[in-house]
Amino acid sequence: MHRLISHLDALESESIHLLREVAAEFERPVLLFSGGKDSVVMLHLAKKAFWPARLPFPVMHVDTGHNFPEVIEFRDSSVRRLDVNLVVASVQASIDAGRVVEDTGPRASRNRLQTTTLLDAIEQHGYDAVMGGARRDEEKARAKERFFSFRDEFGQWDPKNQRPEIWSLYNGRHRKGEHIRVFPLSNWTELDIWQYIADEDIELPSIYYAHRREVFRRDGMLMAVSDFLQPGDGEESFEATVRYRTVGDATCTAAVASMASKIEDVIAEVAASRITERGATRADDKFSEAAMEDRKREGYF
Amino acid sequence: MELLRFATAGSVDDGKSTLIGRLLFDSKQIFEDTLEALEHSTMLRGEEGMNLALLTDGLRAEREQGITIDVAYRYFATPRRKFIIADTPGHVQYTRNMVTGASTADLALILVDARKGIIEQSRRHAFLASLLGVPHIVLCVNKMDLVDYDQDVFERIKSEFREFAAKLDVRDLQFVPMSALNGDNVVERSANTPWYEGTSLLHHLEEVHIASDRNLIDCRFPVQYVIRPRDDKHHDYRGYAGQVSSGSYRVGDDVVVLPSGFVSTIASIDTADGPVEEAVPPMSVTIRLSDDLDVSRGDMICRPNNQPNIGQDVDAMLCWFGERAALKPGGKYALKQTSKWTRALVKELHYRLDVNTLHRDEEANSLSLNEIGRVTLRTTAPLFFDDYRRNRATGSFILVDEPSNDTLAAGMIL
Repeated sequence: MHRLISHLDALESESIHLLREVAAEFERPVLLFSGGKDSVVMLHLAKKAFWPARLPFPVMHVDTGHNFPEVIEFRDSSVRRLDVNLVVASVQASIDAGRVVEDTGPRASRNRLQTTTLLDAIEQHGYDAVMGGARRDEEKARAKERFFSFRDEFGQWDPKNQRPEIWSLYNGRHRKGEHIRVFPLSNWTELDIWQYIADEDIELPSIYYAHRREVFRRDGMLMAVSDFLQPGDGEESFEATVRYRTVGDATCTAAVASMASKIEDVIAEVAASRITERGATRADDKFSEAAMEDRKREGYF
Repeated sequence: MELLRFATAGSVDDGKSTLIGRLLFDSKQIFEDTLEALEHSTMLRGEEGMNLALLTDGLRAEREQGITIDVAYRYFATPRRKFIIADTPGHVQYTRNMVTGASTADLALILVDARKGIIEQSRRHAFLASLLGVPHIVLCVNKMDLVDYDQDVFERIKSEFREFAAKLDVRDLQFVPMSALNGDNVVERSANTPWYEGTSLLHHLEEVHIASDRNLIDCRFPVQYVIRPRDDKHHDYRGYAGQVSSGSYRVGDDVVVLPSGFVSTIASIDTADGPVEEAVPPMSVTIRLSDDLDVSRGDMICRPNNQPNIGQDVDAMLCWFGERAALKPGGKYALKQTSKWTRALVKELHYRLDVNTLHRDEEANSLSLNEIGRVTLRTTAPLFFDDYRRNRATGSFILVDEPSNDTLAAGMIL
């Protein structure tokens, strides 16, 4: 009798297969690493895929400059501990160079500006495969993504013209100037990610666990008070016990009220949650029915 | 907890979206904000209630046109299993979508409307599921509430479908009478069908035995990547990374490396979590051999007494997805099989298959978008392959257009 393969083993194996295909078939791959839980898991899988060798590609952080300090600290300590090369693509630099113009006003966010910074970095470094931690269960446009997703010379995604993806025979062929986005975590759900983090004892930025923080309520979501984000008229700040379900730009990522201070508590909370992680925490997806699709078409993660 | 991948086929009219919605609802996988967004979208379209199809129709164009363009993946879990649904739309591009969804599926759900019985589309879906080697098929006879839960209707559909399926290669075929709308036999067995002795659909999905669908006999390990750390600690380390396609590999096993034909033994099977004694599909591992051989990506590690076919001439069934050009004899394409790219020339098109009637048109001289036919290919380098029926991993390939890099076809070796 052969041992049964658990669903997490099967997902891990599928992701490792994908990461090795990327290393084998591309000249200049890069792995996007923000310090968010999905990219932490993706990096963990990449380390496992090439063990005992070093990662055969660098990791890149697209830095909006509006960060949670705990996350930047975690990013830098991870890079040292895992012995990987970090490239930082800075949105601030894109603004300073006049490549993008920053919105102003209390609701301004640099989230959308990341696309230009990302595409410029891809062009500058000549990356031909860009691995991201997006999952299909996150969002309806992402549910239609391929593992290997073709991007034209403008970095655009054309959802109506995707390559059929049959078996695990991935087609990463492209011409110069074009590139492929690769999503090794496509088939993982939020709960899978947390169970895997528990099983593998993976370290995360502290803000994923319950902590006290000064917040204010905006559009029904809890936003942290920071150097980049202050409560507006009629918005009152207060201290609460919260944690983050997703980690993104500090101006558009919300916290959730939570007492889950340990991984087991987080898993229980995620399993019982009746709201998706993006719905609960991302102001950027609330613009329209197709907000994510529109950003993805432009070249967003 | 095991993972089960299944594909659903059928059109909106068959109640497929309602069924998927029901499975997700009842396993608490539809979230409140998704529901709210769904109600909002339904309202914006001037419809009432909740249009469950909008759950899977994620793209703007799909919402605008009211049709599903592309395969959508949905996820749910029960305490027993995690499920990945490849929801394949039935309208446009049905062959491409169904082939994509079925290629990795353990099971296919085919929906029919009890009032209409087996229609052309049901036969087409069953044929494609069988062509893609999906081991388990469940025919869901839906809308039983509209035929007063009449057992005769169910039995008639069942025997008609059985007769058709006998012409196909279907290993395991089950039938469930249901009403997705009312939830009859979806999660719980229904009191409305006391004559039905089988289990509910969800129970079947949780219990169907899939572990032995894996081919554990023929050892096939396509080398994906060579791991050579070249640092002080692992100076002489040389491991062959890949995913086990089939068979079972153990430390100490005699192996042969193709195409060189060199023999060696397995010194160690490594993973980042430590060495393992045995590797079976679908594990991703790194194999080290006792001898220093020249092994690279595209090679295959097998057992000396059980080797795949090796050759440059293959016969295959081909599903054509090319939109700009048809397949014609004489065409040359890039071909990917296991971890290997080579080039292929179409030497002959034997026939085009009508997926509705299974009629073979031997006069055909091309395959257009979504058509299926039997071809003979000649490759520039030898392939290590098996009959697709016996081995989905080593019997499959794709064809890619060299100027545009578009994926043009899925092939199943005969």
